[in-house]
Amino acid sequence: MSLDIETVRRIAFLARIKVADEALEPLAGELNGIIGWIEQLSKVDTDGVAPMTSVADMTLTQRQDSVTDGDCREDVLSNAPDREDAFYTVPKVIE
Amino acid sequence: MSANLTYLTIAEARDGLAGGDFSAVELTEAHIEAIGAAGDLNAFVTETPEIARERAAASDKRRAGGEVRGAMDGIPIVNKDLFCTKGTLTTAGSHILDGFVPTYESTVTANLIDAGSVMLGKTNMDEFAMGSSNISSYYGPVKNPWRGAGGKDLVPGGSSGGSAAAVAARIALGATGTDTGGSIRQPAAFSGIVGLKPTYGRCSRWGIVAFASSLDQAGPLTRSVRDAAIMLGAMAGHDPKDSTSAPIDVPNFEAAITGDIRGLRVGIPKEYTMDGMPAEIQALWEQGAAWLSEQGAECHEVSLPHTEYALPTYYIVAPAEASANLARYDGVRYGLRVEGDSLDAMYENTRGEGFGDEVKRRVLIGTYVLSAGYYDAYYLKAQKVRTLIAQDFSQAFEDVDVLLTPTAPSAAFAIGEKMDDPVAMYLNDVFTVPASMAGLPAISVPAGLDSGGLPLGLHMVGKPFDEETLLRAAGALETAAGFDALPPGLEA
Repeated sequence: MSLDIETVRRIAFLARIKVADEALEPLAGELNGIIGWIEQLSKVDTDGVAPMTSVADMTLTQRQDSVTDGDCREDVLSNAPDREDAFYTVPKVIE
Repeated sequence: MSANLTYLTIAEARDGLAGGDFSAVELTEAHIEAIGAAGDLNAFVTETPEIARERAAASDKRRAGGEVRGAMDGIPIVNKDLFCTKGTLTTAGSHILDGFVPTYESTVTANLIDAGSVMLGKTNMDEFAMGSSNISSYYGPVKNPWRGAGGKDLVPGGSSGGSAAAVAARIALGATGTDTGGSIRQPAAFSGIVGLKPTYGRCSRWGIVAFASSLDQAGPLTRSVRDAAIMLGAMAGHDPKDSTSAPIDVPNFEAAITGDIRGLRVGIPKEYTMDGMPAEIQALWEQGAAWLSEQGAECHEVSLPHTEYALPTYYIVAPAEASANLARYDGVRYGLRVEGDSLDAMYENTRGEGFGDEVKRRVLIGTYVLSAGYYDAYYLKAQKVRTLIAQDFSQAFEDVDVLLTPTAPSAAFAIGEKMDDPVAMYLNDVFTVPASMAGLPAISVPAGLDSGGLPLGLHMVGKPFDEETLLRAAGALETAAGFDALPPGLEA
């Protein structure tokens, strides 16, 4: 399988990473190098093998479903690159 | 006096503090001075001398009042800039976290503060811990205190490169690192120090900037196996804020280093003999087995048949998890924001400018292998192979207690090498990634010098949550190797 320029453009949009038009082709080359190398996995027989879901051999612990955190609005907002009062700001999304 | 203080191990400094030979403030000032003289290494993103002085003074005051919080009380250390530190800039080596000052402290660094340790600063690293050279940092490469032929600048390894360089250069007694596929062990080997990746779940991941959540694990970089045991003891422990943190007690790791490995069963995985591996690394590996045998261990060959597939599996699983974890950098809540005329344009501009090339490659690979139509062929396939890799280890551990392998396929290389081919760079982690895929504890111990006078490490892998046997074995290896070489310019 090989990634063409349109595929790279599509996944770059899915990942919301701007890639300049002239950078698409070299990037496709790099990604194809990696994907081509990864494809050796197709040689491994995995019939009947369950996919790993957890590397740790343990059951997730449970806790009381109670509020343990909160009342820290200023903390949460303190690193926002742009804010207005108690809100984050984003470019206009509704016309 | 002050120069000597920076050459101590943590265990020696603990004893010196207890004996009143020097104070935590004196110990800290010696390190601050040493840091000032080692600026050329670029080991730090942020130095925190004020915090260090304050914590050192508090430690001395406690001690004077008869209260000592344990072996780490008053010990100057550095933290990888992947750990969120309350009130101190935390960058993960990335432009996209510009100006991010956490309002909370990661559990591991909070544990180290509670243990009385003194933070000297935040160390440089590969961006988002993605790399094996420290070249991908937005803050520039770290130099290895060891030098190549003709004084050439070498990489310290990565991604915990600043941490490794700081400990090797005697400007910190120990350092925190994180290891996703080798990011503690490979830089430790490149820098001639000890690096320990504990079992997945031993240390809380809470407050560590996430790369690949099923693999990330914090651990210490130190100048001795005993120091690694001491420091891990202070870092580890169950944390309700990390659901994958293991609800088990932290043993006295230091007490496990008995020096007695009679009857220890050591496996030598035959698949780790690789084409093109330098003969001196193969020879050191054989020497390591001989050292252990001489002390009464039983070494024999084992097979881990899926070893060759661990690296490509890693390069599906880790980027997939990274693409999800790094979705949070949206230009809205923290860090860099680059404006655009729509919400999508703002996201794309922010992430296009904020992420470096290697991070972009991995996020794109991760996005691709998780995207509709490719998920089964890549991601699901990789998770199945991962099951087989883990099974290889559990079968081997039916017959042996630890495994012995080289840490890395080469010594430190020059800054600028291996930059053109991402896959060539990935091969640095060929011996460390399999244990990561299985969540196992593993350690790199400095074991010798190559023909160019550069340090080489040997790597041992243990059973889940059996760091004690691993440390005991590593201690025996360390004693036999007797590694006491110093980087150029440092004198004992």
